[in-house]
Order: sequence, then C-alpha cells, then structure tokens
Amino acid sequence: MPLGVMEMELFFQQIVNGLVLGSIYSLVALGITLIYGIMQLPNFAHGHLYMLGAYLTLWMMTIYGFRYWTAILVSVAALFLIGMLLERLVFRPLHNAPHINSMIAAVGVMLFLEAVARKLWGSDYRRLDSPYGEVISVFGVTITQQRVIIIVAAIILMIGLNLFLKRTVIGSTIEAMAQNREGAFLVGIDANKVSLLTFGIAAGLAAAAASLAAPINLVYPSMGAMVNLKAFVIIVLGGMGSIPGAVIGGYILGLAESISGTYINSEYKDLVAFVILILILTVKPTGLFAKEAR
Amino acid sequence: MRRHAAFNRASKLAVPVLLLLAAAIPWLTSNPYYLDIVVKVFIWTIVVNGMNIIAGYTGQLSLAHAGFFGIGAYTFGLLMTKAAMPFLPSLVIAVLVTGLVGSVAGMISLRLKGHYFAIFSLCVGVVLLLVIEKWESLTEGVRGLLGIPIPKIGSFEFASMTSQYYLMLFFLVLTMFVNHRIIHSLVGRTFIAIRHSEELAEALGINVMRNKIIAFVHSTVLAGLAGALYAGYIRFLGPDIASVEHSFDMLLYLLVGGIGTLWGPLVGTALVMILMQWLQSWQEYRMIIFGPVLVLLVLFLPYGIIGTLTRLMHKRRLGQPLTQKQAVERSVLHDQSLAGGGE
Repeated sequence: MPLGVMEMELFFQQIVNGLVLGSIYSLVALGITLIYGIMQLPNFAHGHLYMLGAYLTLWMMTIYGFRYWTAILVSVAALFLIGMLLERLVFRPLHNAPHINSMIAAVGVMLFLEAVARKLWGSDYRRLDSPYGEVISVFGVTITQQRVIIIVAAIILMIGLNLFLKRTVIGSTIEAMAQNREGAFLVGIDANKVSLLTFGIAAGLAAAAASLAAPINLVYPSMGAMVNLKAFVIIVLGGMGSIPGAVIGGYILGLAESISGTYINSEYKDLVAFVILILILTVKPTGLFAKEAR
Repeated sequence: MRRHAAFNRASKLAVPVLLLLAAAIPWLTSNPYYLDIVVKVFIWTIVVNGMNIIAGYTGQLSLAHAGFFGIGAYTFGLLMTKAAMPFLPSLVIAVLVTGLVGSVAGMISLRLKGHYFAIFSLCVGVVLLLVIEKWESLTEGVRGLLGIPIPKIGSFEFASMTSQYYLMLFFLVLTMFVNHRIIHSLVGRTFIAIRHSEELAEALGINVMRNKIIAFVHSTVLAGLAGALYAGYIRFLGPDIASVEHSFDMLLYLLVGGIGTLWGPLVGTALVMILMQWLQSWQEYRMIIFGPVLVLLVLFLPYGIIGTLTRLMHKRRLGQPLTQKQAVERSVLHDQSLAGGGE
C-alpha cells in the first residue's frame, strides 16, 4: 500500500476518533451550559454525575442482568431524578447567596458522590462490556460498532434536545428563562419548575454520555473529573449558556485532541484543551461565540 | 460605649496572647503527631491567606493556587536537590519564580471577569499540574522528587520537629502581618473597591487591571512560599500536591473560616484540618459525611465562622459611630457579591 493512502487512512481514523470524543464532550458540555444558562451556576459536580451514570449502567447490567439499552434507560432516568433532587436540596436554597457559595456546595456534592461511589463500587477500574464490540470497516477506516453508536446516539440526543427546546411549550420555557429571566417571570413562567427540569435534563444527558462512552473507556470513581474540566473549557470557549457553542466546541476539542495526540505527542494529550483555551483567550478574551459582552 | 472600649482593649491583647500561646505549643505537647498537624495547618494557612487576598478582598475567585503551590514546591525542591543550592536562596528563588509565573498568568487571566475568570484559573491550575506531572526529565513525574535535603541556615539544621514548627510559625506570622498591613492600607481599600464594582473603581481613577495583578501576584507569592516550605518539611514531592482538589480544599478552608476576613484563613484551615484528622479512622465514610457538611455549612453559615461572628458583633454595636477602620471592615462584611459574582 502506498504511503499516501496509509497516511490518509490514519488521518480519517483520527477524525472518527475525534468525532467520538467530541460527541461525549458535547453532551456533557450541553448539560453544564443548560444549567449555567438558567441558574448562572458553574456546576463543578457535573463530571461526577457523569461518573454516577456510568456506574449505574454498569450496575444494572452486572447485577440485574439488564441489557445494555435498558440499563442506559434506567441510568438516565435515575440521574434525571438525582439531578432534580440536587437542585431542590442544594442549589435552589443557594440561589440568592453569593455565587462562590454555590460553587463550594458543588464541590461538597462532588466529594460526596465520589466517596459514595468508592464505598459502593470500590476504587478499581472496571470494564463495561457492550454487545457492540464488533469491528466494521467503512471506506478503509476500521471502527467498532460502539463508536458508530456513540456518534449517532449523540446526534440523535442533540436533535431531540433541540426539538424539545424549540417545539414544546415546556421546552421553550427553558429557552425563555435562559434568554431573559425577568421577562420569563412576567409571562408567568415558574422559575423553580424550570430549574428543576433543567437540572434533571442536564444530569440525564451526562448519564447518557457516560453510558455510551463507558465501553470504550474504563469506569472508576474519579472518571468524571477530567471530562468535567474539559467541558468547562468548552463552554468558556463557546460562551457560557450558549447551546450551539457547547456542541461545536465539543467537536472541535474532540478533533483537536485526537489529531494532536497522533501527530504531536500523546503524552500531552490532556494538555491540548487547556492550551487551546489559553491561546484563544489570550488573543480574544471574549471567547469564540460570546453570547454577551464580558 | 464603655463596653466598646473594653472590647477594643481585649482585642489589642488577643494578638500577643495568641502569639505567646503559639510559641508555647512545642512545650505544651511533645507529641510529634500533634505538632505535625499544627505545622501542616500553618503551611496551608499561608496559601489560604494568599487566596483570601485575591478571592476574598479583590473578589476574583482564583482556583489555580494549588498549581502555584506546586511551582513553589518543585522550584524549591529542584534547586535543593538537582542544583544543590542552600536553603535560603532556594526559598527566595522559588518564591520569585512563582511570582513571575503568577504575573504572566494574571496578565492573561485577569482580563476575564466573574465565573469566566474562576473557570479559566481552574484551567491554568490544571496546566501547571500537567506540566509538573508530564515533564519527567525535570520533575521525575509521578515517581516523585525524592531526597530533598534538610533546610539549613548557616550551620543550624531544621531537623527537629520543634525547629520546623518555629520556622513555619515565623513565616505564618510574617504572612499575617503583611496581609494585615495590606488590608488596612490604601492598596487594601483599593482591592475592596474593585470587589464592590470594577466599573465604579475605574470611574474613581483606580487602575483596576494593575491592582488586580498586584493582588494576584501577592497571592501566588504566598502560594509559592507555602509550597517551598512544604517541600522543605515533607522532603518528598509528588505531582498530586498541585492537583485541582487542593485548590478546592483551600477554598473550603477559606469559606469555613470566613472569606474576606483577616483571621478566617487560620481559623478555617485549623478547624477543617483537625476535623479531617479526627475523622481519619472513619476512612471511606469521611467524605460521605464531609460533603454534606460542606453543603450545610454554605447553606446555614455562608460567611464562615469569623464572618458570622463579626457580623453579630457589628449588629450589637449598631448605632455607634464607626472609626475609619471599622467602616472599612463593615463595608467588607456588607458586600454580598463576593468573588465570582454576576457579570
């Protein structure tokens, strides 16, 4: 095989891997940006909701013998409830307190969730075996079914979220509140219900992302920390509260990581996100898709 | 009014009494375990004092401080081991290097405001951690930097627990004294003005950016100092000292003690660290209890211990004319929009 063709194949392979990574990042960043849009709260515990989602799916499959998709559904539903519970018990009472307090509360939630995971499931790295381990070949690019599923499922979820926000009454209350809080109150939108729902959806998205990603990664109690940080990088670049910013930013970061991991140095792969952030904000302090002037 | 005067006299006495007490601790207990905890409390209080200046007084929530602690610790450790430099020059250079990195990081990151600054600084912290962890040829990476020599000034070795204790006590007192002077100076009031409103401060003719950078550099210098002292005390370094969790820990100490108060860092650090030691035997249940306690704390004691106490005292003294110093303190307390406030 000529060298050029191999180079191209390697390149496309990395594009696909980047899309897989980007799908996960986008789903997590979407949740954070939704919460920020409604509550102006950077939810540092979001990565740990992601971790919880992965463990619940793993748990449902190993202990109750659920099938992969059923397990994911249960996990998403459970995280939806947990998200709402967190909003009600922790973040709603803090809404009028100084912002630093809700950040600290998020740290408290984070410590708690990680400790619970260690207690319940131990600190070992675990595998989640998906039924879609087969390798398929598309235009010379070999890819496991699971990766295709991640890419497709993420797109479906994003389209579904978009339809929900734009086409349903309850979804448009979320959009309305993100756009203008006072205006939303004036037309009679119940802020508490909207925040409750937003937290639920965001946590559910995190669970879906984690369950989809778990078969190609490992499951362990601190697995959410790095994903969380990167999702924050994405939403700072994409504009906090901006939905398109989170999606596009997620894919950009996924691709940048996968390509630089191959062509530059895989040791420093995790650094890419943060270096990109620092470079862009040095040149353009308002981020790429700033929703408002800072 | 008389009670007020009596209170003032009492508070004037409080500092010398506390100093005497602190100086006497090694005589009161010879248990190295207790001394070890107190030494660590002192080291962390120094960083938290730094964080207090930038987050508490200037209102810019920096989450990069574990990274700067790491820079201070590693610069000191590398100078002592690989360059075989003596203790004091290593300490000074470590502090200067941290301040230099801090000023560059500050110039870039302080252009952002509110949550954006908080998250950006968090990312700066991660970059510093990853550089320390991955630059194996210099820092030995995850294997850790071993064999840092015992700190020595002249022919005196800080080998014993007691001597280390006094070394840390000296730097802690120095830090708190400097912070005290800053807070009650024009610079300190400028910081507070910036926290209240950057626009308003700008309109008053304050160079907001320059003052924010001064506050940030001061806080990173303290982080570097604490890091270097830590390296000289533990004499072994792993990259995890620069991990983001430590920034969160510092924030926690600060919030428990009272953000934007002079004594908050000491009280918060001491209380939380001692509580953690006390819960040590609970192992994995520790954080299961501690997480919710933290949440309850911000829900019901949002100004921390010192903050809440001073608020209560001010309430009781309400109606009496304030001295200028008290007016400054009150304006500190009445500010709701602490660090990370709205845009």
